[in-house]
Amino acid sequence: MSLFDWFANRRKSGATQKDRQEREIADGLWSKCPQCGVLTYTKDLRHNQMVCLECGHHLRIFGDERVRQLIDQGTWRSLDDHIRPTDPLNFRDRKSYGDRLRETHDKTGLTDAVLTGLGQLEGLPVALGVMDFRFMGGSMGSVVGEKLTRLIERATRERLPVIIVCASGGARMQEGMLSLMQMAKISAALERHREARLLYIPVLTHPTTGGVTASFAMLGDIIVAEPKATIGFAGRRVVEQTLREKLPDDFQTSEYLLEHGFVDTIVPRPQLKKTLAQLISLHQPYHHTPAFHVPDTLPIKTMTPEMTPE
Amino acid sequence: MLNTDRKPLLLDFEKPLADLENRIAQVRELAEENEVDVSDQIRDLEARATQLRQEIFQNLTPAQRLQVARHPRRPSTLDYIQAMTDEWIELHGDRMTGTDDKALVGGIARLEGRPVVMLGHQKGRDTKDNVARNFGMASPGGYRKAMRLMDHANRFGMPILTFIDTPGAYAGLEAERLGQGEAIAFNLREMFRLEVPIICTVIGEGGSGGALGIGVGDRLMMFEHSVYTVASPEACAAILWKDASKAPQAAEALKITAQDLKNLGILDQILPEPIGGAHADPLQTTEILKTALLENLEELTKLTHAQRRELRYQKFRRIGMYTEVPA
Ligand SMILES: [Zn+2]
Repeated sequence: MSLFDWFANRRKSGATQKDRQEREIADGLWSKCPQCGVLTYTKDLRHNQMVCLECGHHLRIFGDERVRQLIDQGTWRSLDDHIRPTDPLNFRDRKSYGDRLRETHDKTGLTDAVLTGLGQLEGLPVALGVMDFRFMGGSMGSVVGEKLTRLIERATRERLPVIIVCASGGARMQEGMLSLMQMAKISAALERHREARLLYIPVLTHPTTGGVTASFAMLGDIIVAEPKATIGFAGRRVVEQTLREKLPDDFQTSEYLLEHGFVDTIVPRPQLKKTLAQLISLHQPYHHTPAFHVPDTLPIKTMTPEMTPE
Repeated sequence: MLNTDRKPLLLDFEKPLADLENRIAQVRELAEENEVDVSDQIRDLEARATQLRQEIFQNLTPAQRLQVARHPRRPSTLDYIQAMTDEWIELHGDRMTGTDDKALVGGIARLEGRPVVMLGHQKGRDTKDNVARNFGMASPGGYRKAMRLMDHANRFGMPILTFIDTPGAYAGLEAERLGQGEAIAFNLREMFRLEVPIICTVIGEGGSGGALGIGVGDRLMMFEHSVYTVASPEACAAILWKDASKAPQAAEALKITAQDLKNLGILDQILPEPIGGAHADPLQTTEILKTALLENLEELTKLTHAQRRELRYQKFRRIGMYTEVPA
């Protein structure tokens, strides 16, 4: 074998090794952190709630995975799965909305951008909504609006706390003004839930922007965010265009919102379930129970109007 | 006050009309110089001009309506308030952020004897004023001032009349830092809590969340050439078509006209405009608005607090289109 052949062979086998690695990433055996680039066994990563073991980056997770992380096994009852999007405006940009809906459904298996249901979180009953960014960027159209509104209304009737995990680019333009009005519709349901003195906690994840930020994401009694999520009303590029100066590096991050008073607490994903359980249990009615047993044989004096206390 | 004395600003689709009017003026001049009677021809030409104006304004495309809605001479919130009310005291500040937003104005007025709170987006009447008014793009302080005034109205039993005319909520560093999203969200929820009648009117341009932030009420009215949109056609074209020059197509597709929104079950009432648009006859337009406001107020006043809140809830509860497949 010539030296040249030796090098060529080496290069080839290197390539196969790389191929194998890429195949394994594609198979989902390994996952690559988009932040630090480190490869981790997906099993280990999942065990850590898809938070990079190397750098702490929170990888994107989606509807079903989020439900699995937050809800006690065997207690999830999903609601309103039968509500499906239509194309009310007969909308067509470079592609028709109808085609976009079908393609997204085929690709993701999802019917729209939110999952809703009832379940237990560390034994505590909750109403949970989880937005799914895979479905048209988690955009809010009529289905998202209707499913979340029904969830909140049900929680009000059954006196349950509501948790909504937000991940959305905002209103779904393909449904025009019907989308914008979902902001008001969901806010109306939250007003009734609030009036009933029930607890609502939005969990802001990457990204939470536009019409979702300008409605239910910001209406929590307590607002929780995942670390380093993008959270804002206007898009960063739009804001940049109105400015000549450079934006701060942490602009529109969870940390920026915490610093400016719009988020209560930033909770890393592995602690999220526990923190939510703690928050909910702190809001449960408190019944004072005596610290020691009072024997019921103790004579009890009843007061009659003639008696005056000694 | 309503700029009727100034030379009209022409929109591109009004050009054939302007040409015709120029010809009428020329014919008049020539006739005067040559001392000939052309009154018959003039009458014919003027009839044609009226017909042409009608044709143009009855068949505006959504993109053309957007131009009318954004017309620099279109009456603004303060124009209507001043023309419509017997008394008006503007009130300032949100008592929180340390500024007074001039893009969203409000105060207490007397409308046909009745005290009301009026508030709305305010665009500038000229370039300098527009800069001071931030082109009608309100900041968090504006939405919080609006909420403060609406709460005030609720405490004293005054109806709330809001006027929507904004390209959108301000997208700036300061606005984000002060919680633009939270300010709008808060209004959306709290407007469902209020017990007094609320009537919202889109007088010009209703731009997305910035419009909705003062847009939750018992009635939603729009002028015939006003538009109300989830995203500006320019932004929508840039995002969905990847080409900002497709804005006219986006305006068409987004269904932004008063008639579209009536069909979608979002809008309650369309207010007609004089031929040529609101700016062609601001006083007549004011009368149309005032009459509609008074009629709706009359109806809403008959309801109890609880009825109004329930009906307001149901009005928004119904909005949305989806299908339910059998399980
Ligand atoms: Zn990493």
